[in-house]
Amino acid sequence: MTQVPAIQDRKPSAGGVNTTFLWIEIKRMLRNRRTIMFTVFMPAIFFFIFGLSNKDKLLPNGHSYGQYILISLTVYAAMTAATGAGSQVAVERAQGWSRQLRLTPLLPGAYIAVKAAAALTLSFVAVIAQFIIGAAAGVTMDAQTWLVAGLTAWVGSLVFAALGLFVGYLMPSQNVMQILGPALAILAMLGGLFMPIEIMGDTFGQIAKFTPAYGIGQLARSPITGEFDVMWIVNVVVWLALFVGGAAMAFRRDTQRV
Amino acid sequence: MTTAAVPAVHATGLHKSFGKVRAVRGLDLTVQQGEVVAFLGPNGAGKTTTIDMILGLSSPDRGEVSIFGHTPRGAIARGQVAAVMQTGGLLRDITVRETVQLTAAMFDSSRPVEEVLTRAGILDIADRKVEKCSGGQQQRLRFAMALVSDPGLLILDEPTTGMDVAGRRDFWAAIRADASRGRTVIFATHYLEEADAYADRIVLVRQGSIVADGTAAQVKNLASGRTVRASLPAAEQGLLAGLPPTDRVEYDAGRVTIRTSDSDSVVRFLLNSTGAHDLEVVANNLEEAFVALTADEPITADEVNTADEPNTQATQRAFEGDRA
Repeated sequence: MTQVPAIQDRKPSAGGVNTTFLWIEIKRMLRNRRTIMFTVFMPAIFFFIFGLSNKDKLLPNGHSYGQYILISLTVYAAMTAATGAGSQVAVERAQGWSRQLRLTPLLPGAYIAVKAAAALTLSFVAVIAQFIIGAAAGVTMDAQTWLVAGLTAWVGSLVFAALGLFVGYLMPSQNVMQILGPALAILAMLGGLFMPIEIMGDTFGQIAKFTPAYGIGQLARSPITGEFDVMWIVNVVVWLALFVGGAAMAFRRDTQRV
Repeated sequence: MTTAAVPAVHATGLHKSFGKVRAVRGLDLTVQQGEVVAFLGPNGAGKTTTIDMILGLSSPDRGEVSIFGHTPRGAIARGQVAAVMQTGGLLRDITVRETVQLTAAMFDSSRPVEEVLTRAGILDIADRKVEKCSGGQQQRLRFAMALVSDPGLLILDEPTTGMDVAGRRDFWAAIRADASRGRTVIFATHYLEEADAYADRIVLVRQGSIVADGTAAQVKNLASGRTVRASLPAAEQGLLAGLPPTDRVEYDAGRVTIRTSDSDSVVRFLLNSTGAHDLEVVANNLEEAFVALTADEPITADEVNTADEPNTQATQRAFEGDRA
């Protein structure tokens, strides 16, 4: 029989946020064909269908159709990528992985942080892919516009990473994206990512302002529209808070139930 | 050693109910370091519920658990306890090696991945996707994950369920080799042979509490005893109350069946104090004893009769009953 050695707390540094964990998470996402289809191919196909033929036309509001649709679909691609990545917790819960993690010193916060980082990695890939496709198709914008639009779409996708986590903790489904996919398309449409808010009509135009894709889309397009409204930032912050709060609540409920 | 070693597990007065189902009812268990303990009982006896409480996956309604003197959460944070669960707990879309790497990334220090894979006997399938692994291979992967933190206590919840004979043998060979290095092991099983073959100590659970606890030999002794059968006039049934209360008595169609640890006294009593005749005395085997100790209902005459046949059938039947 051995004397029990004085074992120190062996919590991993940074609670378990480390490159191995993050790298395996990223590899998992990039290997997933469905994820790549949702985040790269679908927005690209939308761009070819809706954007390409009209890219040199002007919109009723006077902006370049090509720029408008490229930036909007980039926001859409980033939000789909981030939601998809976040919602993978549903699959992990169904496979009992979350329970397994509770047998390690990993902190729940670290798990969420890695999930969010992985979601941001995927949405970064989505933004870059969309921009490459757009540029290759002949959409031109100045450097500052590419940068601001890209960064806004990318950072804004955090709102949807939180939505993915929220739904992922609520639903036990293995196919959570089959529900989220159509829901995201509706949110994108209402948020003015598939068509300008101005042509939606009054009622929908008013509703649009309160949907979660609206603020990010407006901010991302601000370099080409030259407009800015602080309410857009409020929209993003409020939805982020709602989704993070919902995810935290659903997470707590999930880990208490055994 | 100047002071007595802290027990690997010290659980007192554990209670846990799910709605109206009282899964664990006042369970006390102390496991010393280095012991290999089988937690043996039929399905639904409360084994998994108890294990979940030991691991801190659920909290007892009443009672306390300490692992090496810490709370379950504290022991997990120190990497002192690891578990091989029955199912789940694996990501299907990554390889065996990645699974172990990922698990290792959750601890600040861990055994080398190759070493752990070798000890679990899965180095040759390290690059296989988890979803392509057989049940036995997945179970050895869970074992490898449990070895990552080099825990002092390893808990296995029905680890060989669903494995074929060869898989089961390989799995136990790996566990046994590991336990010989001094690790404390607790495994839940409803296979009596496993408990008998691999444990130093058997803890029998029935309906949420411990009904027997000792070495395999002690439990066998305790349980084995003998069965006495005799023909007895129905009118004399009342006289059977004179037997020690520890004996299990059943009466059916003019035949009485008594399971006892002291068959001599029972025979003397039957012959001296009753009109019993055509006595038979048969040694119990371990299987029967296990069934007798853990059965939810008294053994029926039917099952007692079949117990004369090669033992496994009767046990098997009793298990089917428990599952239902």
